Amino acid sequence: MLSRYLLKKLDISAMWFLAVLAAIALLVPALNLLVPETSAFHLSTYWVVLLGKYACYALLALSVDLVWGYAGILSLGHGAFFALGGYVMGMYLMRQIGSRGVYGDPILPDFMVFLNWPELPWFWLGSDVFAFTLIMILFVPGLLAFAFGWFAFRSRVTGVYLSIITQALTYALMLAFFRNNMGFGGNNGLTDFKDILGFSLQDDGTRAALFSISIVMLMLGFIICRAIITSQFGKALIAVRDAESRVRFLGYKAESYKLFVWTVSAMMAGVAGALYVPQVGIINPSEFAPANSIETVIWVAVGGRGTLIGAVIGAVSVNFAKTWFTAALPELWLFALGTLFIVVTIFMPKGILGLFAGHKIKPFNLSIFGKKSVDAEDGGVGDNNAKSS
Amino acid sequence: MQKAHNSILYLDGVSVSFDGFKALNSLSLIIEPGEMRAIIGPNGAGKTTMMDVITGKTKPDVGDILLNGSIDLTKKDETDIAQLGIGRKFQKPTVFESHTVQDNLELALKNDRRAFKMLFAKLDASQYERIDELLETIRLKDQRYELAANLSHGQKQWLEIGMLLAQEPKLLLVDEPAAGMTDAETHETAILLKEIAKTKSVVVVEHDMVFVRELGVKVSVLHEGSILAEGSMDDVSKNERVIEVYLGR
Repeated sequence: MLSRYLLKKLDISAMWFLAVLAAIALLVPALNLLVPETSAFHLSTYWVVLLGKYACYALLALSVDLVWGYAGILSLGHGAFFALGGYVMGMYLMRQIGSRGVYGDPILPDFMVFLNWPELPWFWLGSDVFAFTLIMILFVPGLLAFAFGWFAFRSRVTGVYLSIITQALTYALMLAFFRNNMGFGGNNGLTDFKDILGFSLQDDGTRAALFSISIVMLMLGFIICRAIITSQFGKALIAVRDAESRVRFLGYKAESYKLFVWTVSAMMAGVAGALYVPQVGIINPSEFAPANSIETVIWVAVGGRGTLIGAVIGAVSVNFAKTWFTAALPELWLFALGTLFIVVTIFMPKGILGLFAGHKIKPFNLSIFGKKSVDAEDGGVGDNNAKSS
Repeated sequence: MQKAHNSILYLDGVSVSFDGFKALNSLSLIIEPGEMRAIIGPNGAGKTTMMDVITGKTKPDVGDILLNGSIDLTKKDETDIAQLGIGRKFQKPTVFESHTVQDNLELALKNDRRAFKMLFAKLDASQYERIDELLETIRLKDQRYELAANLSHGQKQWLEIGMLLAQEPKLLLVDEPAAGMTDAETHETAILLKEIAKTKSVVVVEHDMVFVRELGVKVSVLHEGSILAEGSMDDVSKNERVIEVYLGR
């Protein structure tokens, strides 16, 4: 009876969480646009943009929590999917500049004119169509994740090996995007955006709208994750996380389960990146940097892995701390981040959420790779090939 | 091959070696439909490896493994073999600890296991009834909503047997079901297995001689990767070679 009751509780907390997000989505633009600047309650545009950035990070963290918290896949390369979504959006924003660029070419973005390219490369075709852009925001990261996952999960690459490959993936993409002839603006990336769907990106109204859309997408992402993990599929997925080979002996194709959430998660990360780019005004290859992906994992760990809400709380709180630190004590930020990760790993294995509601959350094993230690022991289901009792 | 046709499980000349160590050495074994068989043998005799080759975890170097006399298991992986109707219980109970007892059984229920089906799957009334039945059988009715992590060792063993039954397999491979159990629990487990064997074929690997004697079934003695002797418990315990390698020490 107990866990039934707790499950109900969790549903209520999920409802509350969504209600708070909805309130923020309305309140922040209202405080920015409707409250006069002289009022103490006025929220400056600086804050709207900052909070919008946090919302995108929160969605990214949510996507990492879906694969790490519930499928045991520790991705150290989710920044790649985030950046790809961002690049797709950046391409659209570049085309929106039109003839207002420095070189005034109506079709070619400035960097292509600078490189003396005669025409748009084929992969830029369609990037001026917003609907096409929306599809590609999901399709590009989704396709990469699907192809990567298809090979990795089928070959049963797991644990630390998989993490290292995800890291290599994002690093390889970073090096590729740094090259000028890749066709994405080289190390400058894509920037100097003017407007989106005809609305100026410098306009307070546009920024407030982008903020609200980010929060709405965060809510949508949360609902999708909840729907996945509370289904029968989710039960099997958690079983894969805890004892993958055991699940196979029950007749489940563990790799299909992992591949599905992995691809969904990559698409969510892509959406987060696409919303991030118009708000910060630039996308460049440094978004692929492995350090970014690792930071995302830290946000999730800090908030509480395998809780979804915790991922959001972790992303916002760590980034808030980062904003404060990098302004007040810039040289200490990396030390603070490292210390935070160590403290959380040792003293708060369930993160911030575990402190408040530790007893309400289903326990899970603390190994960051989601594998049970018994797997390796005699008689377990791991690779104890050489042993036969 | 006549023997293969009448069997549920047929192993012939199966060998597996790890880095030169022959874990299975031309092992041959035939289990008839509806039979319960006990496999005994000292440590290192190849009992777990035998389970591994049958369930597809390890591929044999040579030899045939046939299900129902016709399906070649050496070409299939764990998932396929499980879906063909071979259930396996591990020596160390491996239940899903962060799930409740009920959820563990739900996952094991015979069902469409494709990922997309599972996203929208709902249990129907008959499946809930089946879970009720299973909970009754494995005596875990009161622990239904308890996390599997909180069960005692013996209860985990039973939950795993329950999960095995939920799969509705044709053949059950049970690795040391009585390991770590109290005498009373061991006795109960023997009764439970005998009950199961009325409708299914069962292969039990066990160390506990009292338990095997209680099962009262045909015994195969495994030694250095092949069958040393076969017969009733009384017969094999009189066999001189068996006494030499195992019982008499």
